[in-house]
Order: sequence, then structure tokens, then C-alpha cells
Amino acid sequence: MARLELEGLSKHFGPTVAVREVSLHVRDGEFVVLLGPSGCGKTTTLRMIAGFIAPTAGRVCLDGADVTARPPWKRNAGMVFQSYALFPHLTVAENVAFGLEMRKVARAEIAPRIAEALRLVRLDGLSERLPRQLSGGQQQRVALARALVIRPDVLLLDEPLSNLDAKLRETVRVEIRELQHDLGITTVMVTHDQEEALIMADRLVVMSEGSVRQVGSQRDLYERPADSFVAGFVGRSNLLPGTVIGPGRFRTEGGMSIVCVDGAPGPGVIALRPERLVLGAASAGLDNRVSGTVELVSYLGSSIDVHVRVSPADRVVVSQPNRADGALPSQGDTIDVGWPAAAAVVLTGERGGAGT
Amino acid sequence: MSSAAGLALGFILLPLVFVVWLAFFRQAIPSFPPQGYSFKWFLAIADSPRFVDGFWLSLKVAVAAMLIGLAIGVPAALCLARYRFGAREPLGNLLLLPLMVPGIVLGTSLYVFHVEATIATGLPILGSIAALMAGHVLIVIPWTVRLVSASLAGFDRSIEEAAQSLGAPPMTTFFRITLPAIRPGIVAAALFGFVVSFGNLEMSMFLVGPGRTTLPITILQYLEYRIDPTIAAVSVLQILLIGTAMVITDRFVKLSRIV
Repeated sequence: MARLELEGLSKHFGPTVAVREVSLHVRDGEFVVLLGPSGCGKTTTLRMIAGFIAPTAGRVCLDGADVTARPPWKRNAGMVFQSYALFPHLTVAENVAFGLEMRKVARAEIAPRIAEALRLVRLDGLSERLPRQLSGGQQQRVALARALVIRPDVLLLDEPLSNLDAKLRETVRVEIRELQHDLGITTVMVTHDQEEALIMADRLVVMSEGSVRQVGSQRDLYERPADSFVAGFVGRSNLLPGTVIGPGRFRTEGGMSIVCVDGAPGPGVIALRPERLVLGAASAGLDNRVSGTVELVSYLGSSIDVHVRVSPADRVVVSQPNRADGALPSQGDTIDVGWPAAAAVVLTGERGGAGT
Repeated sequence: MSSAAGLALGFILLPLVFVVWLAFFRQAIPSFPPQGYSFKWFLAIADSPRFVDGFWLSLKVAVAAMLIGLAIGVPAALCLARYRFGAREPLGNLLLLPLMVPGIVLGTSLYVFHVEATIATGLPILGSIAALMAGHVLIVIPWTVRLVSASLAGFDRSIEEAAQSLGAPPMTTFFRITLPAIRPGIVAAALFGFVVSFGNLEMSMFLVGPGRTTLPITILQYLEYRIDPTIAAVSVLQILLIGTAMVITDRFVKLSRIV
């Protein structure tokens, strides 16, 4: 177990920049998730930590020691691959033993450590099976046991849940989180699934196009997204492009005037979470209140999405909890939409783009 | 559908059935119906030095060609599967080429080459066992490359990375992980290489030296003067040898999954 530090890590493949100056400090025992769409550089970053890819620039440090030049077999990083990558010709026990044999662990010590690792992932009793005789979930646990048994400085998880079916994924992600927490092992996971990321992480790193967009807790990312990419990728946001015209004043491109909390003057984007918007009479007294036309109502079960056109150029989605007494607006209705100034996050110095 | 398959199977098996039947005929000139059955032709083989010598030479050449073919074919297949380089496709085709060149043409060219090489170097290349083996390696390589490539095609490279992340340097990874994982392809390649070499006639005819003939050539030479069931008996032994090799191989790997 150790601290992990990435300093200005970059990777160029010819003219393409896969990863651009990623710096990140992972504390001892922390669970950090690299989150982003495919091609954002998160897997390349993870593979640079493991040592499979040599960075073009920057350093990887484990517990203060620079390991950038060390090959994977000298790094003591336990990795769980998306495909699990179990050795097909070896039994479960032999798979788990492999790392210990490579470390020249004494014979007498190997057996109890295998047993302990398999018990940890609740696979005791299957040690003599071959990987192909196991279900996907069991294979995944063998991969985890194999990575943990070597007592790695850092555990690396490359989309470890993406090959499991949805039901299993929900239980396994909690199991992995609890196991990681109990063992206090420094962990970096890569995923494109924001729900998975939010559930498992201590801290999240949102990446896009090779760069880190924001590092922070779930609450940081959700409440104070650094840019419109984060606002649109983590949860949903209504993004309204426009200009900050004065302290706490924003004007959308559609001509709507919005009261907000902060924001430096100049072009920017307002991000509004759909569930922070209020419809109808309940919006009375809020800092912002505009009248619009209902264009679409989507019934989603636990909530209802109401799409409201609030200016010729601006449409917002309002997410309402589904209550027994709630009367649904219908298409074409004129309705008031309101929200407090604090709900409007101003993202300055960039174009609008991603979002709902 | 199944009747067509049955017909095809019969078409393949019928000559084999006749050869086996013929091997047990008592009379020296094969004619139907048989005048009785005997085991004597099999005993005659053991007493005939030319068949015994031919068998041992064929076995020796086939084993050597198979081993050398693997030593070249496995790295070549790995290289073709793993690396992207300009000459990749031409090289891949070049390695399969001996399969497409008729045996007679291959034999003639090698013969001319051996003559020239013998003259140029003064070494006894022409008609030597080494030259014969080299020729057989040539016809074994397409099979080893092809079959090992096929098993590499379904190989997940992340298992090698997993081994490395667990502390195995590249060579350890290769011998402990990669090689065992592609073992079915290698076993199949060994078998096919052996069979192709052991049964080769056309090319070998140009490469054997005086007093050194392989089994298929011995059979052909014998047939020029006699047509008694000795040949059938030899063929039965050959069928048994190759059949046994296939059955044993099938124990280790399902051949139908690879070929």
C-alpha cells in the first residue's frame, strides 16, 4: 500500500495526444476513479501507471519513488483487466499462485495465502477449477484475488465490471468497494459508467480528450462542475450559453435574464440541474422565474421529465419527483419555471456544448 | 445432407479399405476373390532392409523437419500476429508459398540449387541428409505458421500483461503463459508437419542420395518391379502410424477446433 503520484504525465502516439499532462496525487488507501467517455485517455493513463505504456513525458511515483522507467514486472501493481485475463491453462489456485511464485514466496507460505485470497473473494472450494469452468462473475473474482494476493502497492482496475450483467454489477461494485476499504489498498479504477464511478470512488477524476477536466468528490463534481463537459457528463444539466453581464447577472443567447451567484464577466454557460428546477405555483418567490411552454412530458417512473421552452433559443428539462397527488402538465400548457440563484452554476470562458 | 456426407466419407475410405484388405491376401499377384488370408507380407517387411531403412530415414527426417519447422514457424507466426510492419503481408504469403508450388517444381529447383551450391562451396550438399531435411523443413513451415497463427488469432494479449504485472519478465511470460496457452496449435502444427514430411514423395525424389531413400520412394521403387501385397502391408503400417499419431494428438487437443 502506498501513495501514488502522477506528475505531468503525457502520451503522444505520433501526432495524436492521447494523454495531456495529467497530474494526480492518490493518497494511501484512497479509491480514485478515472471517469470519461471512450477515447478520453483514462485507460492509457492506467496503463502508464501499470507500466505497459511508456509516457512521452512526466513521472509516475509510488511512495515517493520514481517508477517511470521500471517495467511492469518490477512495479508491484496488481491489475484487474476488463477481460479478466486469467491464465486459461492454469487452475484457479495456480492463477492466484502465479504472482507469489514470481516473487519467490516460500512454498509453505503460498498455500495459506492462496486460501486467504480466495476466501476474501468468497471463492473457497473452487480452487481446482479451470477458468473456463467458472461464470463471468467468478472469473472476475479470481482476477481480483490474483491481483490482491501479491499485496500490491496499488490496485488498478480497468473497467472491471463491464463484462458482468447489470444485476451482478450492482452487487459486485459494492463488494469491491468494501473489500478495498477493509484492506485499505490504494486503488485506481477506470470506467465510463458514471453511476459506477459515483458509487465506488472516494474521489473522481473526469477526463476528456486526454486532459483532466476536474478532480473532486461526487458532491464537488455535481454541485460545482468545472466546465460544461463535467456538468453534462456527471449527472444531467441544462446548459444555457450566454454572457455574464454584471455581478450575479447572466443573459442567455435567447435573451433570458438570469440571477446567479458568481461568474466573471464575459461569455459563459449556465448549468442547471433538472431536479433543482421547480414548476408552477411552487416557483413563486424564487430568484428566477420564467414562463414557458411545455413541449414534451416523459414519464420515467420515479420521476417525470418536463421539457419547457423558456425562450425562442432556450429549452430546459425539469425533473419532478413522481408524487401520488402530482398533476402532470400536458404538452402545450403554459407553465412557470423557477429556481434559486444558487442552483445556477456559471461556467465561464468556454463554449456551450455537451448536455441534455 | 447426411447421405452426401456418407457418400464423401465412403469415397475417402474405400481405397483405404481395399489396401487393408489386400495386405492380408495370401497370393503374390493380387486378384479377386482372394485365395486365402495370410500375415506373411507384414513379416516380409521386417526382413526387407530397404523398407526398414526407408522407414527409419523417413521417421528421422520427419521428426527433424517437424522440430525445425516449429522452431521457425512459432516465432514467425508470433511475429506476424503481433507486429505491424511493411513487409508483414508479403512475408506471410512467402511463408505459405511452399504449399502452392507443386512438389515436382520444388524438387527440381532444390535439386538445381543443391548442384550449384555443391559446385560453388565444394561441400557434399547434393544428396545429403541435411539437404533432404532442409527441403522437408520448407514444406513443413507453411503448416506450422498457419496452425500456430490460427491459435494466436484467438489469443487475448492481456493475459501476457497480467503475467507481467504479477512479476513475470518477458521470457518467463512466454514460456509459462504464452506457449502453454497456444499449445493446441503447436501440437496440431507438429502433427501436420510430421505427416506432410513423412508422406512426401515428389520433392524427396530429387533430394535423396544413393542408398538413402525415404519410405514413400522405397514403395514406389518396389512397385516398379513387383505388385505383391507387401506394398499394401507397408501402407497399412503407415496408415496405422499416422492414425495413431492423430488419435493421441486428439487426446490433448481437439483437432476439429483448430483445422
